[in-house]
Amino acid sequence: MSVPRYWREIPERTRFEGAKCKKCGHVIYPPRGRCDKCGSFEFTPYKLPDRGKLLSFTVVRSPPKGFERLSPYILGIVELEDGTRMTSQITDVNHKDVSIGMSLEAVFRKITEDGDAGIIQYALKFRPAFR
Amino acid sequence: MRKIAVISYGLTKVEKHWKKSLRELFGEAAKSAMEDARVPGIDALIVGNMCASDLSDQNNIGGLLADYIGISPCPAYRVEAACASGGAAILAGYSAVASGMSDIVMVGGVEKLSDGVANNTTLSLGKAADADYELFFGSSFVSLNALMMNHYMQTYHTPREVFADFAVLMHKNGARNPYAQLPFEISRETVMNSDRIADPITLYDCAPVGDGAAALILCPLEDAPKYSDSYVEISGIAGATDTIDIASRPDILSLNSTVVAADKAYKMAKLTPRDVDIAEIHDTFTITGVLSIEDLGFCEKGKFAKLLDEHAFEPGGAVTINPSGGLKSRGHPVGATGAYQVAEIAMQLLGNAGKMQVPDSEIGLTQNIGGSGSSSFVSILRRAK
Repeated sequence: MSVPRYWREIPERTRFEGAKCKKCGHVIYPPRGRCDKCGSFEFTPYKLPDRGKLLSFTVVRSPPKGFERLSPYILGIVELEDGTRMTSQITDVNHKDVSIGMSLEAVFRKITEDGDAGIIQYALKFRPAFR
Repeated sequence: MRKIAVISYGLTKVEKHWKKSLRELFGEAAKSAMEDARVPGIDALIVGNMCASDLSDQNNIGGLLADYIGISPCPAYRVEAACASGGAAILAGYSAVASGMSDIVMVGGVEKLSDGVANNTTLSLGKAADADYELFFGSSFVSLNALMMNHYMQTYHTPREVFADFAVLMHKNGARNPYAQLPFEISRETVMNSDRIADPITLYDCAPVGDGAAALILCPLEDAPKYSDSYVEISGIAGATDTIDIASRPDILSLNSTVVAADKAYKMAKLTPRDVDIAEIHDTFTITGVLSIEDLGFCEKGKFAKLLDEHAFEPGGAVTINPSGGLKSRGHPVGATGAYQVAEIAMQLLGNAGKMQVPDSEIGLTQNIGGSGSSSFVSILRRAK
């Protein structure tokens, strides 16, 4: 991953920023160039909720390059409290204890690293909610 | 717009062609297509390919292949829509001939996955997904489809065995296909007991990694008798897109790009799903096959298990699905798959399918998906009158 790309993505990777349509208030994640509800091109940054529930998951046993160290790991689609959905890893839990519909909370974690001297990538994963 | 015919096709067997390069593979398919058509020349070449830049260190394959097969200086370029690159090439070629811009166009695809080293191939195929919002988190092509399969099983209370039985049917068909990469029959246990890749997907839910090339020659329907004694008409063709990431879709169990493309293609051909005799659909994974069959209108949403059990998708049923064995058994030479599908349907409609032949097929459909449903291309072919 290039340094500018990592730097550019910091707001959403670390502060969990999505985009909210200035005209109709529709929340879009991943951000897009045009609102799919009202057609507006204007957005403001929007802090996504850091809690949600698990819509679906899988246990990855044949990882792509860069994720060998983690295998097997859990990948899931999380539906956040405002209905926004995102793909991320589910962590801090044994895969046998994961179930569709379980409550989750975001947690800041290392994702991967580019070899011995490259960038260490951080972002949000999700873990079972404590409450 | 002019009506279009497929006047010839050429295929290589799908397998790991260790001794053949990207250009040699496409050369073999193109030669076979050119030998079968009495055309004065080729006006353009449009070729589908996904991974050449990652795995063969080669871009600009339009010029490369036009030169290799001896049709330069005609225009030639590659189109890329992940696994649907072949379908995209066919739509582009169709448009070129239908518009009158070109008269005789070669379309097709080529893929050389066996040149990938270690998990470079997994990474290259994974790039069909959203790099920033899926791939970043360690997703792979398999794991994204596994998310859909797990959700399907939960939503429609579908036992895992149903998916295994679909793979069994595909291998039963593919065992009769001389071009198939995995031409042998399997049992439900083969699938259930194979290696786990991304739960609940096991190895035998997946299309194999292989190499292959396919080439088709298109021309205006009215000119077809001049060039060929056996041709079929493309009576409907369309493409459509959906969100590239799965999570953004309102229903992750609906491939909306397939729904939209199919609807347009059916309307163009003035047909409904009930009129289709045979279909080559995009079963990269068993779940992809199930969703495709439903979204093409061959089966109500969530009712796949019941219809599979009633043999609806076999000869004598409502529609014969993947007489070639589909991606599961014929194989999935990624950017070439869409061209294989059209060639296979043409073979069937012309009665040239040998042991794979489904009797009395008049109307056939192909459906080629890119990514996890972000692109779909559907075409409807019919026996020329």
